[in-house]
Amino acid sequence: MSYAPTPSQTVGPFYGYALPFPRGGEVAPAGHPDAITLHGYVYDGAGNPVPDALIETWQPAPDGSRTGAPGSLRHDPVTGEVIGRDGVAFTGFGRVPTDADGHWAIRTLPPGGVSYIAVAVFARGLLHHLYTRAYLTDEPGDPLLGSLDARRRATLITRPEAHRTYRFDIRLQGEGETVFLEFE
Amino acid sequence: MTLTEPLPDGLSQREIDTEVAKAQASAAPADHPPRDYPPYRSSHFRHPKQPLIPLRDPEAVELSGPAFGVTDITALDRDLTRQHQGEPLGERITVSGRVLDREGRPVRGQLVELWQANASGRYAHQLDQHPAPLDPNFTGFGRCLTDDDGTYSFTTVKPGAYPWRNHVNAWRPAHIHFSLFGTAFTQRLVTQMYFPGDPLFPYDPVLRSVTGEAARQRLVSTYDHDLSTPEWSLGYRWDIVLDGPSATLFEEGGNH
Ligand SMILES: [Fe+3]
Repeated sequence: MSYAPTPSQTVGPFYGYALPFPRGGEVAPAGHPDAITLHGYVYDGAGNPVPDALIETWQPAPDGSRTGAPGSLRHDPVTGEVIGRDGVAFTGFGRVPTDADGHWAIRTLPPGGVSYIAVAVFARGLLHHLYTRAYLTDEPGDPLLGSLDARRRATLITRPEAHRTYRFDIRLQGEGETVFLEFE
Repeated sequence: MTLTEPLPDGLSQREIDTEVAKAQASAAPADHPPRDYPPYRSSHFRHPKQPLIPLRDPEAVELSGPAFGVTDITALDRDLTRQHQGEPLGERITVSGRVLDREGRPVRGQLVELWQANASGRYAHQLDQHPAPLDPNFTGFGRCLTDDDGTYSFTTVKPGAYPWRNHVNAWRPAHIHFSLFGTAFTQRLVTQMYFPGDPLFPYDPVLRSVTGEAARQRLVSTYDHDLSTPEWSLGYRWDIVLDGPSATLFEEGGNH
């Protein structure tokens, strides 16, 4: 580790016209029969929804491949417009801003080989982004889940809802605070 | 954000400076800002109070990361002065540098995104109420891929300073927001680049949130005359080092 890292700074309030892109949450090819929905709300320490957070997700393809694929922000070379994923390649990457009520959602395919989707949270007021994981199922042998007490562990496990939908709320602070991770 | 709206509780710059000094004195030297940083007031309800859970797992999905390629960008995305019919107002600049990992290896073919205020200090964002003029010829968003050397390059205009409502008479120094990807999701970075010698540095709690002087300096670009283009643009160089482990570091048995 000879090179000193560039410090993080907050994403601020005005990323909205820059970072989000059309269908950024449509990670699964349109109409794919295995598609799942992962969604939830982001709350602050006062219990209020966070309307200016940005959620990014990263995951293996259903076959377990972790190489990803280009094309999440595919552009029309003539007009420069974002034209969305090509419907064939699975890029593994999702990016969605929260709505005015703090809600976000992605549609994706189940990750291969693991039971979680990696999540990064950016927001105004957050000087350094946060990592967490949305587990689609409770994994008894998982080293991270196994290291947590029941109350904290529960913050990482999604709640199944109807129609292949999984609910994952993120609490930045206080009661029921989500477990956030530091990779070493 | 107009001056007619009341400020939240009207803290003065002096009160903020006192908070900054207090945070500075109590902070251990660190590369990144603490998420709990009282002088930046909107951090109050938005930082976790529980310590982060350390995870050292060679199998972690986060040690790999998203890939981007030629279909994700267009050639014009790196030139923010050519996105409209006319020329934007302001001082035309070239911003360029290399993206490296902590071993000093170039990060190749990865996505770099930036966004910024126009030369008057106004964002092309509906919620920016600063009464400075919008520029119909400037949006202030660009992206490019790093080349084989890890180099990125943008043409844009120098952004203006702007006021914000953290406290009374709060002004952000001129800055450009950057978003970067490495080879691993753990290396993700969102940050801000500043311009050398800005007189607003001592008053800005966002920059000051990086409590180490040397680390703070790493957010400041350098004027580079060789990067300036004759009769065209002034050059600013800013190299970026991404933090965090990656799969390749684990493979090489790196100590991190
Ligand atoms: Fe800004």
